Amino acid sequence: MDAHIQVKNLNAYYGKQLALKDINIEIPKNQITVIMGPSGCGKTTLLKTFNRFFELTENTQLTGEVLVDGENIYNKDIDVTEVRKIVGLLAQRPSPLPMSIYDNVAYGMHIHHMRKNREDYKDGVKHYLEIAGLWEEVQNRLNEPATSLSIGQQQRLCLARGLAVEPEIILGDEPTSALDPISSQHIESRLLDLKKQYTTIIVTHTLRQAKRLADYVIFMYLGELIEAGPAKEIFSNPKHERTKQYLEGLF
Amino acid sequence: MKKKHFEQRHLVELFIKTIMRIALIIVASSLGLILWTIISRGLPSLTWDMVTQIPKGGYYMGKEGGILNAIIGSIYLASGGTLIAIILSLPIALYLQAYAQDSKWGDYVRLSLDVLWGIPSIVYGAFGFALMIMLGLRASLIAGIIALALVELPIMTRAMDEVIRRMPKDLEHAALALGSTKFEVALRVVTRQMLPGIITGILLAFGRGIGDAASVLFTAGYTDRIPTSLMNPTASLPLAVFFQLGSPYPEVRERGYAAALILTIIVLFVSFASRWLASRLSKYSVK
Repeated sequence: MDAHIQVKNLNAYYGKQLALKDINIEIPKNQITVIMGPSGCGKTTLLKTFNRFFELTENTQLTGEVLVDGENIYNKDIDVTEVRKIVGLLAQRPSPLPMSIYDNVAYGMHIHHMRKNREDYKDGVKHYLEIAGLWEEVQNRLNEPATSLSIGQQQRLCLARGLAVEPEIILGDEPTSALDPISSQHIESRLLDLKKQYTTIIVTHTLRQAKRLADYVIFMYLGELIEAGPAKEIFSNPKHERTKQYLEGLF
Repeated sequence: MKKKHFEQRHLVELFIKTIMRIALIIVASSLGLILWTIISRGLPSLTWDMVTQIPKGGYYMGKEGGILNAIIGSIYLASGGTLIAIILSLPIALYLQAYAQDSKWGDYVRLSLDVLWGIPSIVYGAFGFALMIMLGLRASLIAGIIALALVELPIMTRAMDEVIRRMPKDLEHAALALGSTKFEVALRVVTRQMLPGIITGILLAFGRGIGDAASVLFTAGYTDRIPTSLMNPTASLPLAVFFQLGSPYPEVRERGYAAALILTIIVLFVSFASRWLASRLSKYSVK
């Protein structure tokens, strides 16, 4: 297995409370990895350690290593903005920036100076809106506020915005939980289209979504990694009792 | 299902509603009365000469000429003070937001701003005056501008800080997730989201500044001339009102009301302009 992210002896604390207990896992490249488990099991916390969002919460502490392409993103000489450029995030609720639809997508390209001139930016914006499946709907209203879009459209805009900084990894923190079924389906199919080019890691608590998306599954319980493996194996033949119970819907 | 008008809870509601309405009427009629007083007394004296000429025969005794010196002086003073206050308070407010949001240090900064806000403006005037003596300055436009900047700074900073604090947290995270530095978040996202509120804060401070008499009394002085340099003393509208209302001549007192009317018109214009601007700018804001 070609690992894109390697987690080594990772412990995470909120204050004194241990939220992740000695996590060791390798996340495969260019596949969709789904992290699942009951509420409070640490799945979102684990996700947040991949783009160094965990440290945004005050009074937190982390030990261990997270390696992206073999490099520990918690090393002292690492530029956190570069980490977040490589590791994009699709949040639980879409939060468009206070700008036009166009500027939302162009923002990331601007701050990272990724294009040379106006035309390049225009092409870039169009390209990523197309990838996110939003171009058709917004091409005539690019200067309108991003908040004028529906929630589902906003989430696709956030996807386009995230892809525009050319990440290698996409994190999704229950990215469809605030959306209606049709919008959710849109996002899911986009993620499936994109998995050949991006390593995707999704946190979800809906088992059906996990089954639709996952190539690789991580199951967590009470801050511990219980079981991980290819989706087929985990879903059809879980080795651990807890996983079995969870898949049967017992908790 | 029929309404029972004399049930206790309905009576309580009626009672509370009545109190609210009475309070509203008192406030609205005070405003009306103020406007009526300055309009009815000031309007007859508000001639074209008043706004286009400087006083003839001295501001205290003279019944001729206008108060252009005070109008221009006030605009210079308040604009200069507001400009300096913006230059200082925007960085403070952004700093508080980006680096000292819920820290002890941030609380101290906010506390001192609140204390500064509460200090009467005559104290700023006296402070400015003491400073001038130390520096060997005379009453001048620049001294008045500095005193007004001090008066405006805490109002503006706290207004901006409150506005910025109400910023949705998600927005900041969204920008950080794209690899923004904290500075980029502050400049490109926070400022944009908050621009309408920030402008309202600026104009609030401008309104306070242009109407403040005590802080410019010692620092800017008063003169019949229009200042041509920062070192000249300068007249201001609030002091024009103050001096002219103190005159023994009824005609001059009427001119005081005209000056008050002009001041009110400027403040109203600024506040309507700010509302219009804020609503235009908030087009892209996330609610």
